[in-house]
Amino acid sequence: MSVMLETRGLTVRYEHHIACDNLSFALEEGDYVAIVGENGSGKSTLVKTLVGLLKPSAGEVILHNLSKKEIGYLPQSTPVQRDFPATVSEVVLTGCIGGGGFLPFYSKGQKQAAQNAMELMNISPLSKKSFRELSGGQKQRVLLARALCATKKLLILDEPASVLDPVITHDLYSILKMLNETRGITILMVSHDIHCAVEQAKTILHMDKELLYYGTPEGYFQTELYQRMVGLCHADYSREHTHSHGHELHPEEKEENGHAD
Amino acid sequence: MPIDLSSLFSFAFIQRALVVGILVSVCSALLGINLVLRRFSMIGDGLSHVGFGSLALALVLGAEPLAIAIPIVILAAFFMLWLNAHGKMQGDASVAMLSSSALAIGILVTSFSSGLNIDLNSYMFGSILAVSQSDMWISVIVSAVVLVLYLVCYHPMFSITFDEPFAAATGTRASFYNTILSLLTALTVVVGMRLMGTLLISPLIIFPALTAMRVCKSYRGVVICSVATSVLSLVLGLILSFLFSLPTGATIVTVNLVFFLGFSAFSFLRGLLRRSSHPVRTEK
Repeated sequence: MSVMLETRGLTVRYEHHIACDNLSFALEEGDYVAIVGENGSGKSTLVKTLVGLLKPSAGEVILHNLSKKEIGYLPQSTPVQRDFPATVSEVVLTGCIGGGGFLPFYSKGQKQAAQNAMELMNISPLSKKSFRELSGGQKQRVLLARALCATKKLLILDEPASVLDPVITHDLYSILKMLNETRGITILMVSHDIHCAVEQAKTILHMDKELLYYGTPEGYFQTELYQRMVGLCHADYSREHTHSHGHELHPEEKEENGHAD
Repeated sequence: MPIDLSSLFSFAFIQRALVVGILVSVCSALLGINLVLRRFSMIGDGLSHVGFGSLALALVLGAEPLAIAIPIVILAAFFMLWLNAHGKMQGDASVAMLSSSALAIGILVTSFSSGLNIDLNSYMFGSILAVSQSDMWISVIVSAVVLVLYLVCYHPMFSITFDEPFAAATGTRASFYNTILSLLTALTVVVGMRLMGTLLISPLIIFPALTAMRVCKSYRGVVICSVATSVLSLVLGLILSFLFSLPTGATIVTVNLVFFLGFSAFSFLRGLLRRSSHPVRTEK
């Protein structure tokens, strides 16, 4: 596998504090990375810097065989979109703009790309519907289709599930997995849900301003970072997920860790 | 006693007012959609007050009004944009401050020279008689620039309005299009000011968009519908204002208000009908 995106000593500073501190990591093609960490640990800042919305105060982001326009991005939802009059197909088509020139009309190729993305996301029947009338899960699918119009290579998502309920969240994660496995699209996702993150992703990036862990989920289970994250999330999690699946492993692993230490 | 409509349009000043009015109403309706959706509605209002200040200045200096007003209002638009992006102040506060300061300075400037009160009144509330031959030609050129730029930037502008972070991340230069939007708004405000009055030009920007958003589902629908209601309100308002000797700007804004209320009522009734024909669905 080859590296498609790399950061070297990436530091992002807001006026009075450092949000990302000296981050260096390499994102490989075909990988599925979940960025985890506590609130305020700089996850969103990192993602915004990677897509070019924020300028690093030091260090750099290097793209290998990838242009800035080829990154599909799903930002955190903004309040403007709540009452926005636009149809689903109009929204999805905006994902194609990066490729086109200065024209008031979309080309056939762009329209076809939007059509394909909508079919892939299973939202073709909604194409004439108004975006503001959709449910939260449908909206995320539309935005994902838009991001897919912009990229065939890399999707960067900032807490895509933060506004969704658990069932819809599960759907969304299976879509992402499908995109990663069958379409070979590299995924980099900020997640506040530690359990889904370790279940879905191939690689975990744990940060608290600086990089604390970057590697496989299996290795991550062994770390104290993971124990702390699970402890933090647990109260929240048991309330949300009454149907737990496969998480019985965790207590044993905790014990194993205890012995190892 | 009402005059019949065919003779109405034979007056040269009415023709000029119509040409300028229709052009301005098309431009303002288009720009208004982006301004309203991006929560920049107050920018038109702020710019019109700056326009008043600069017209007052031109009056005192004895200069061509639009030649002074256009550069000053454009500068003010860029300044507001800059304040919004880099300022320590909130956007709405900076606009409010700028607009009231410009108004105050405009009034102060005119008080230095006595006997100008009649013109001042027409600047504030607009006049059907205020549109001169040269004003009309400047309006035609400026509107052509606004329309062409708007059409060319239609899709990127929509993308930025809908989701600026996404647009910026996928290679659309948001700051460039924001600059274009402010520039076009400044031009439209200045051109529309003579007819509508500085106090009543900003409703021309926000009303058509708000009216269209009551009933339209698609962005394209909103664009078409807001241009249509804007032009219709302007022509109706102009005719009514002439027939009954009403103040032009105020009549046009009131017609716009009637359209808005009508569309709101329609959308409300449609919602009621739908709810009664379909049982309430709870969707997540």
